[in-house]
Order: sequence, then structure tokens, then C-alpha cells
Amino acid sequence: MSAPRTMLQKVIDLHTVEQRAGELLLYVDYNVVHEGPFYAFDGLAREGRAVMRPAQTLGFADHYVPTVGRELGSAGIADPEARGMVERLQANAERTGIVHFGISHPQQGIMHVVFPELGMAHPGMLIVGSDSHTCTNGAFGALAFGVGASQIKHVLATQTLWFRQPRALRISVDGSLRPGVGAKDLALAIIVRIGMAGGSGAAIEYAGSAVRALPMEARMTLCNMTIEAGARAGLIAPDETTFAYLRGRPHAPQGAAWPEARAFWQTMSTDEGASFESEVVIDGSQVQPMVTWGTSQDEACAVSDVIPDPCAMTDPARRTRAEHALAYMGLAPGTAMKDIAIDRVFIGSCTNARLDDLRDAARVVRGQQARIPAIVVPGSMTVKRAAEAEGLHDVFRSAGFEWREPGCSMCTGANGDLVPAGERCASTSNRNMEGRQGKGSRTHLVSPAMAAATAITGRLADVREMAGA
Amino acid sequence: MDTDELIPHRFLRKPLSAGYGNFLFRDKRYAAGDREDAGFILNQPPYRRAQVLVAGRNFGCGSTREGAVYALRDFGIRCVIAPSFADIFTGNCVQNGVLPVVLPEPAIAALCTLLEQQPGSQVTIDLALQTVRYPDGTLRGFEIEPSRKAQLLEGLDEIGITLKYAAAIARFENRYRTQLPWLAPVKAA
Repeated sequence: MSAPRTMLQKVIDLHTVEQRAGELLLYVDYNVVHEGPFYAFDGLAREGRAVMRPAQTLGFADHYVPTVGRELGSAGIADPEARGMVERLQANAERTGIVHFGISHPQQGIMHVVFPELGMAHPGMLIVGSDSHTCTNGAFGALAFGVGASQIKHVLATQTLWFRQPRALRISVDGSLRPGVGAKDLALAIIVRIGMAGGSGAAIEYAGSAVRALPMEARMTLCNMTIEAGARAGLIAPDETTFAYLRGRPHAPQGAAWPEARAFWQTMSTDEGASFESEVVIDGSQVQPMVTWGTSQDEACAVSDVIPDPCAMTDPARRTRAEHALAYMGLAPGTAMKDIAIDRVFIGSCTNARLDDLRDAARVVRGQQARIPAIVVPGSMTVKRAAEAEGLHDVFRSAGFEWREPGCSMCTGANGDLVPAGERCASTSNRNMEGRQGKGSRTHLVSPAMAAATAITGRLADVREMAGA
Repeated sequence: MDTDELIPHRFLRKPLSAGYGNFLFRDKRYAAGDREDAGFILNQPPYRRAQVLVAGRNFGCGSTREGAVYALRDFGIRCVIAPSFADIFTGNCVQNGVLPVVLPEPAIAALCTLLEQQPGSQVTIDLALQTVRYPDGTLRGFEIEPSRKAQLLEGLDEIGITLKYAAAIARFENRYRTQLPWLAPVKAA
């Protein structure tokens, strides 16, 4: 009998090509890139090197695509630099033969939405990407993480990556989440608990009854936020929920290959008795709907709480950071979160722009009216079509929300969808750092249902107090 | 200090040939109308020519953007000293000739005190010996993984090294595709 192994170790072992001091050469199943790492393609061309396995790299136009006026494709992008980024990815894809989901592709969308929804992320895979939120794919029991442009170049040229063994951290969420509490709230609660660097050097396995009860899209939300706790990757053991989600998707195994793949995937979970370097246990029933008040994701609290007083923080570095954050956010300690007036709402991003997210938001919005500008940006064309087939776009539009075209949009503002300086945005995205949504922008991270409730009330709202929730 | 503060997203579309140094800490270094903010430390002599940055915990957290390191490098920063770094950022530093040095928080606090007492004083990092020399002569050792040290010292062509394993990669692929036959590569869309 071999020693019991973690899921993380099994994926690493499955992909190890070679070893050298302190590092493993791992084979990469898929490499996913957006418009950003043009440096990698430029460098490869300069060095006269080819892409080794073009069919295993996928390029997505998501960061720089506009969310309105898409009829003309890239030619319709007014900003020449943004247009250049979208067109450069297309040119690099044409030159190197990588798979390209360009601006006019019928399945265009955010890379971390499109890739899994097409059934490309499988349990046991090793997936790297040019974006830190590549860790989203860990929801399938894959080892998935983001790397910089130089390492993307290395993967393009070799289909492998030198990798340092991360420490194994297990976070078990026992019990069950209460009504009105979702994966976004859980993710923020975990970051508050372990800190922004709590996952540093680690791969996190999420376990426990509350995690096993999450549907696939909620698992993607949870794994997506793993990088915000400083961890390389987050994984959830594949189970019936995973298999049911994958079955029949375009790139899932078909026919006789299905039972064979499924049997293999079932062997990828952590063995009984496998050890983790550290363990954290969280009571799922205690998790509240969460909102960030500061400029990092661990500066968050329950929506029913008040902004904490930095003076009461014992760690001096933490206190200084909180004082800076509150000054930037224009907020005072002791303010009730629900008293904070909001200027606009963004529902979208690789964290929260899948069909279930839009359904959660629409349930709150139905029959109500938005008091502040609110935009809904579906994660992909596939999500958009599915939402429209259910009439969700009508629910949002009749409540005064804008219904837009897929892309990263106001999460990072690369396409020009920005929050003006000094304005306060309730956002379903993943980052609230200074200037993230535009210079001087103030971000409050929330779940889709909470964002919808906030749009209706004009203040940070507790979704549990809304009629439709 | 996260990567959005190191370089805001709107500069990640700029050609690398022009240099990214002016984009470093852009929204802190420049006031309205893109005028330098004289109050920001990197706009003051002698810090305009700083080569070593001493920073707080979890430096470089956030996105994968290698532009954050290009901005540091092009500004002239050769080494960042901090109590901890984000994982992806550390990898990006090593790829671009910027040395990340981890020192314990009290050691960094002591260094900051010295630097504040004597503005512009010198800190010397010896990567080969793995030491930091403080302005008062104090020597502090630091740890770095051998492969990262070698890459920084020798500027190795990592792709060239990996391609020496091309036969092993091909053997691996054959075995892997046999073991997991359902993994047909995707066809062009």
C-alpha cells in the first residue's frame, strides 16, 4: 500500500515530468491567456521559438472588450490602445495557431467563465493561465493557477512549467450556509479568518459539508477568491455535482470515454488519512452576508456590523493599513455598514457573472426599481443567451439596470468601464484595492444578491431583509 | 502593496520598449494633470535614483501582471526587501532580474529606522553571499532558493534549459495520452 495522498499531491504526481533541486517540471494540460501577456508572444517571436502545443493554449478577448456597441467587432473599439490589445491577441493567435475566443466569437466571454462552461476543466488537470483568477478551475479538482508573462512564454514554448511544491492547507466548512449566504460571503469570511497572506505558499483544499453542498458555479466563486487569500490554488474534490455539471458539455468526454474518465476522476480525491501541513475549520452556519469596508479583502465584515475602529487593532501594521484604508474610502469607524450610501452597482466578473449569480440577483430585483446606476455584465455569450432565454434581461432592464455584453468590465476597468474618482461602487468582483476600478474609486465587494439589494435601496443592504430574497 | 498600486491596469497596454519606469506607483507619484507630486518620496532626491525598496508584508499581492516588475526594474529598483512577498510576484521578479529579499519584520523595522535617521544612506545586498549590509554596517543573512539564485546571478535561459528535457516531455506526453485517452486536444474554434 502506498502512503495516503492529498488531491493536490495526486495532481502533481500525475503531471511530473522531471525533478531538480527544489523544483518539479510539470506538464500543463491547458494554458489560458487573455490580451495581457503580449510580451510572451513578442518574446517568443524574438527568440525564434515556436508554440509547442498550440491546441492546448486558449486565448480569450475579455479584459479590453467593450460591453456596449459590439456590432463592429474590434473595429468598433473607440480606444486605439484597447483595440490594439484585442487585435494583437487575434494576430498572435493566427500566427501561432492557438485557439482563439475573439471579440465576435459566439462563445466569447471571461476566460474563467468560458473555459469551464465548455467542459474543458476536468478533475486532475493541471491548468495555468496569464490571470491570477485561473485558480477558479480548482472547483473541478484541478490544480489551476496564474503565472506572469515570462512563465506563460515558458509554457508556450515547452508545455511545461517549473514548480515549487506548495504546502497543503485544508479549510473545512462544516454545517450548512444559512439562507441569503452564498459562496462569495464564505470566500470573504475565509479571507477575514486567515488573512490576505494566510494562504501564502499554499494550495488550499476546500472541504466539509457546506462546501460539498455548493453547486458547481458557487464552487467556482469560492475557488476564484483563493488568490485573494494569497494561495496559489484552491481545489475541491470532484463528486457527483462535478460529474453532473461536466456531463454532455462540448469538451467533456463523450460516449464510452465518459465512464472511463469518471472512474479515473473518482480516484483523484484526497485519500483517507492524508496529512495537511495546516487545517482550518469554519462553522458554515455562522457565516453572514459580507461586505468589504477597506482596500483589501480581509477588511470585511458582516453587513449587519459597523466599521471597526483601527485603534482597537493590536497588530500595528494592520492598524496603519486600516487607517489608510478608511481615509481612502472616506469612512469613519463605528459607521453601520447599512448606513453607507452607494453611487453605483456592478454585477459581473469571473467571480460572479455565471447564470446562478444572475438568477440570485434577478430574484431580488424582480418587480423593484434601482435607485442608482447599475450594470449587469454576463460572464460569457453562453451565460447571456441562457439568461435571456429565462427572461432575466427583462427583469433587470425593467428595474432600470443596464444589460451589457460579456467581458471583465468594471472589475478592473481595462476596457474603460470605470468608477469615477470618489464614487462608491458595490461590486460583485474580487478586488477592492485603491484605484482598482479606476483612479480614486471606492469599492465594496459583495455577493450578487447583495449587489442587487444595494441597487434597489441605494445603500449597502442586507439581502435577508429584501422581499424577493 | 498590491500590483494595482505598483502599476494601474491602464498602463499594461503600453509597449515595453518605451520603459515602464514612469508608471511605477503612478497614482501615488503623479497628481492631477499627470504632474509629479513633490510630496511622494520617489519624486524627491536622493530617492529618485533609489535601487533598493524596503516594504511591508505581502508585497506584490494581487494580479499576475508582470508589468509591476517591469515598472520597478525600469525605474531602477534592483532589490525589494520585505517581510513577505506574494508567490506569483516573487516568480515574476526572478524572471526579470529583480531580487526579492525576505527579512523578519523586526529586522526591517530596524533598517527603516536607520534609513529615516540618515536619508539617502546606502544598503548593500550581496546575492552571492546572501547578505544585506545596513548603513551602520550590520550584516543580515537571507535565504533564497538555489535555482532562483542561479537564475538571478547567471541570467539563465530557462526555456533553453527546459528544452533539453524535450525527449522526456515527449515520453511523458505519450504515456499520459495513453493513460487518459479521452484528453483529445481541442480543435481550433
